[in-house]
Amino acid sequence: MKLVEIANARCGDKGNKVNIALFAKDPKDYKLLHEHVTAEKVAQHFQGLVKGEVVRYEVPSIYGLNFVLSDALAGGGSASLRVDNLGKCFASNLLRMSIF
Amino acid sequence: MKKIRIGAAQGFYGDTIEGALYTAKYGDVDYLCFDCLAELTMAILAKDKAKDDQSGYTKDLSNTMKALLPFVKEKGIKLLTNAGGVNPMAAKDEIIRVAKSLGISELKVAVITGDDVMPNLPQWQQQGISLAHIDSGEVFNAEREYLFANAYLGVWPIVEALQQGADIVITGRTTDSAQFLAPAAFEFGWKKDQWNQLAHGIVMGHLLECSAQSTGGNYSGNWEEIDFNQIGYPIAEIDETGTFVVSKADGSGGLVSFDTVREQLLYEIHDPANYITPDVVADLSHVQLEEVAKNEIRVSNVFGKPAPERLKVVMGYTNGYMIQTLIGYSWPHAFNKARRAAQIIEQQVRDKKIPVDELHFDYLGYNSLHGPLATPPDDSINEIYLRLVARGNDKRMLNLIPRLVPPLALNGPPSLGGLINLAPRQLLGMWATLVDRTIIEPQVEIHFETIAQEVS
Repeated sequence: MKLVEIANARCGDKGNKVNIALFAKDPKDYKLLHEHVTAEKVAQHFQGLVKGEVVRYEVPSIYGLNFVLSDALAGGGSASLRVDNLGKCFASNLLRMSIF
Repeated sequence: MKKIRIGAAQGFYGDTIEGALYTAKYGDVDYLCFDCLAELTMAILAKDKAKDDQSGYTKDLSNTMKALLPFVKEKGIKLLTNAGGVNPMAAKDEIIRVAKSLGISELKVAVITGDDVMPNLPQWQQQGISLAHIDSGEVFNAEREYLFANAYLGVWPIVEALQQGADIVITGRTTDSAQFLAPAAFEFGWKKDQWNQLAHGIVMGHLLECSAQSTGGNYSGNWEEIDFNQIGYPIAEIDETGTFVVSKADGSGGLVSFDTVREQLLYEIHDPANYITPDVVADLSHVQLEEVAKNEIRVSNVFGKPAPERLKVVMGYTNGYMIQTLIGYSWPHAFNKARRAAQIIEQQVRDKKIPVDELHFDYLGYNSLHGPLATPPDDSINEIYLRLVARGNDKRMLNLIPRLVPPLALNGPPSLGGLINLAPRQLLGMWATLVDRTIIEPQVEIHFETIAQEVS
């Protein structure tokens, strides 16, 4: 199952870092996200695009997980050669991840 | 209990004024607050100022003021903006000019300066103040060409300006949410250590600072059901406890829901338990969002911790150039044709010894937004554009690369269409560091100017 079926997500940039907030569409699926979408799996999913570490934070009251991806934008918005220089598509990229 | 209503006016330099105008007319707000500055915006404004001493603020300021100043007089709505960029004093002159041209008098404009720390850099270095990079810890390189250096100011100078009766407060670099927290801190007389109230206020600012991103803009859920026409910008009704309700003006487009608000809540935030701002460290890891009515979400249960000892300073430095060329290839085998074109160009750049630090190829329609995570294209794909990008320090030599491309139309793979050359662009590096707030805050000043009533 791909995350897009059970989750919403928004991302934002800060320097050369990107954060992706992932939310369960239905509160009962938060447990599933919590269990299956670990920092390690996200780091693995973004291999080749993200060079630094991935840290996960939890906000259960809104059924959300927040991932912070370091060295993610090839230098950051004003220095990157990428089309998506502000990392606006990272959230949709995470939604493509399969959890089982 | 006393409540005030704060409306979001602009989320970035270049944002439409329609949302703010609709709120001014129908939103029953006491304040309209702008966030006009991104890291990149400061670089654009610094380049403007280098060409013309009287520029360096956001150029759309004239139009926004022309549209909104009448509401300052008619409805008493106060305007708070960081549109001053790298030249807030010139921005003030422009506001006064627009006001006069509209025949508006008795307008009190406050300008806050002191965020520009470029002049302080040599002295700081002499004093051995570390300007190490905030993330990597790398040592500051003074040899680079810096275009700007600004500290992120907090809310208190803005509050002081309101206390002194300002109708309009214009600043340079502040933290994005400061303009929004300031009215609440001023109206409710919050003290500098009322951490829980300040934390609610800063989270309120965070939800409003990106305009429609709280009201359905950029929403990743059922976006097809959102009416993007005349999308309403968020309005917060906040009370003295700090608890607030996010809504939008009746009749506007968009949506305020548990889902749209929670998406904005974590936008550009790292550790939700430690959202660091100059005025308070907010803990929103236990936040409660409650739908109290259609298009009304109450936000509560935010906690505050003492403000940090150090303030963030961001500097921008010149970091070479990039050039870009796009070439389209049609079915059949569009991807293979584009890939072969990339190999040809790469070989020629090497053979002609054109100095480049990086050659970068994307295939638009396949992987330009998803990079290595894109799934390979089906061979039935109709078309693919090769995006060829080079980075280097020698602009003249870089310009030789686009010239290698047109001959491919006759000398390379078949069915090339849509050749687009884009002008070289300067790249900027960003250097973020933390400095002790005691070396910034003594520089902060408030300047006032009032247009007196005209004698008839």
